[in-house]
Amino acid sequence: MDLLEYQGKQLFARHGLKVSQGLAVTTVGDALIAADEVGYPVVVKAQVLIGGRGKAGGVKLAANESEVREHAGNILGMDIKGHTVRTVWIEHASDIASEYYGSVLLDRSAKQPLVMFSVEGGVDIEEVAERTPEKLIRHHVDALAGLSHDEGVQIARLGGADDDVIDGVADALVALYEVWLEEDATLAEINPLIVTPEREVKALDSKVSLDDNALYRHPENQALSDKENEDPLERRAKEEGLQFVKLDGDIGILGNGAGLVMSTLDVVSHAGGAPANFLDAGGGSNAETIKQAVDLILANEAVKAVLVNIFAGITRCDEVALGLIAAFGEIKPSVPFVVRLDGTNDVEGRRLLGEAALPNVHSAKTMNEAAEMVVALAAGQSVGAVA
Amino acid sequence: MSVLIDQSTRLCVAGITGREGTFHTLNNRNYGTNVVGGVTPGKGGQDVEGIPVFDSWADAVSQVQPNTAMIFVPPRFAADAILEAAAAGVELVVAITEGIPAHDELRVYNTLKRDGHTAGTAGSGTRLIGPNCPGILSPGKANVGIIPASFFEQGNVGVVSRSGTLTYQIGNEIARAGFGCSTIVGIGGDPVPGSSFVDVLELFEADDDTELVVLSGEIGGSAEEEAAEYIAENMSKPVVAYIAGFTAPAGKQMGHAGAIVSGSSGTAAAKAQALEAKGVRVGRTPTEAAAIAVEVLGGASVGA
Repeated sequence: MDLLEYQGKQLFARHGLKVSQGLAVTTVGDALIAADEVGYPVVVKAQVLIGGRGKAGGVKLAANESEVREHAGNILGMDIKGHTVRTVWIEHASDIASEYYGSVLLDRSAKQPLVMFSVEGGVDIEEVAERTPEKLIRHHVDALAGLSHDEGVQIARLGGADDDVIDGVADALVALYEVWLEEDATLAEINPLIVTPEREVKALDSKVSLDDNALYRHPENQALSDKENEDPLERRAKEEGLQFVKLDGDIGILGNGAGLVMSTLDVVSHAGGAPANFLDAGGGSNAETIKQAVDLILANEAVKAVLVNIFAGITRCDEVALGLIAAFGEIKPSVPFVVRLDGTNDVEGRRLLGEAALPNVHSAKTMNEAAEMVVALAAGQSVGAVA
Repeated sequence: MSVLIDQSTRLCVAGITGREGTFHTLNNRNYGTNVVGGVTPGKGGQDVEGIPVFDSWADAVSQVQPNTAMIFVPPRFAADAILEAAAAGVELVVAITEGIPAHDELRVYNTLKRDGHTAGTAGSGTRLIGPNCPGILSPGKANVGIIPASFFEQGNVGVVSRSGTLTYQIGNEIARAGFGCSTIVGIGGDPVPGSSFVDVLELFEADDDTELVVLSGEIGGSAEEEAAEYIAENMSKPVVAYIAGFTAPAGKQMGHAGAIVSGSSGTAAAKAQALEAKGVRVGRTPTEAAAIAVEVLGGASVGA
């Protein structure tokens, strides 16, 4: 789960990282009140989970009331790469002497936490890593020992932080590590980590990803994330416990097992089609889950045809067939389906489907054949082999 | 031969008294796996269809000497169950549990490493397979986990995969073409697996009965790229690969916790390229991967 800037900063503050005082608001009126509270000049910052806010005009300095009214008015409702701005963060503007970079992430390859630091902050860090890799310090931390202040000092020195802020940078890195560890984050990033003329080290931005699997031990974080900009179908799937990702195409996909569903998307694309979603009904999915899944797929109006691709291990094909029959009974889909059932109880599953003689349901023997059929059907062509 | 599990396997199951735990333990026993016990704190002294239950791994080890542990407990208890089994001296731990927090997996991996257990080096301490994996199957010998054994035949193809159902799909196509498997190892779909592709490739390379290895990868991380390097430098046996997730959008988790393209890293295209650059043939569909494997083995492909 990715957090908005202000949500990340609130986590930072909880762990002793310095951030500017600010308030999250959703109306121009509240923006004015917030600006009064934090004190002019203020920065009005769009809260969206997408990079390039500044370039899109979503971050503006405001010296007075009329500027806050103007900028908040422009930014609220603004579309930034498909994300609508619903919230702006009003923050007291900081004076900046230097812009550094700091992050803590889970290095999957080394299987260790990785702390990164650079004095070249405020720009795309992937560019820094590419252009001047010597300016990006990468320090692996002993996952069982954690990051000590001494290590923080060493990283700050190595990275070339100004002498008088070495301690401040070390403190910030240790606090950032604490955020990463104690909040079960997979990424905690500050860009830029600024040094003010008063030589204070502060987080001016935040990028935090939390581990969904660990949310059970952080009830206070469960309400976070960008609910308003979440795809409504994805939100519904989450509520129903289905693994669903909305895509841009017109072929609905239902399968069991993450790998097989990913593979189904690829095979459909390979056949010239465009998948409308990823949906993993999971191992051992029963008739009820299948019904829910079909309902969710058809809630997407772009869907012109649906492919059900099941290779049953723990799942049973007869259960899947019963789920489809129940779903058809209630939903009465208006688009064609291609069903490929293989694995446990496949013969029984195909028999059930055949007997039910569902309208516009086609049976396929293999994954490749199923993909070709569904692509043809989505394009309005007819295919043989009606179940 | 086979790798990791065979007739000498003595299996003990954490979570044997749970609904899923009982079901799959009995399935494994029916297949012929020697199931010697189960562990559920507070239920020591009971039995599940004649399989004795112990309160702790220490008790289980002293009473029935398991050499393999299967972890079937809920995510919040899984990390401690793995570490307890390792501390009691069980050589192989297979963690089926899905949904373990990444930080717990990091702690487990690094604790095992600190205590001298190494996933990767044979014969030293505990090896962890998983979590979030379907387990291991050595056809005709033993089954530890949830892999449906009926789709596989006994033979000389080693399979290592991050995905369960995809493994069944590929293994089944190989079986239909008349070939079988030495061992199928599911390493799991999480960000910090106990054993990586490289660890399992090393086992297959050393296994006399494995002639060819099918590697099934997916988006996220760099385990496939590391496997490509390893194959080029250390493998004498042919490896055929399949990678899932070419059409996955960046930043979206595709079902598995570890299946996510971060920025520009972890894409299926990059993985396929890395493997092909080292001479590994990569099938564009599971069917194609199986067909290549069959072709290399000298059989006739059954086609799509």
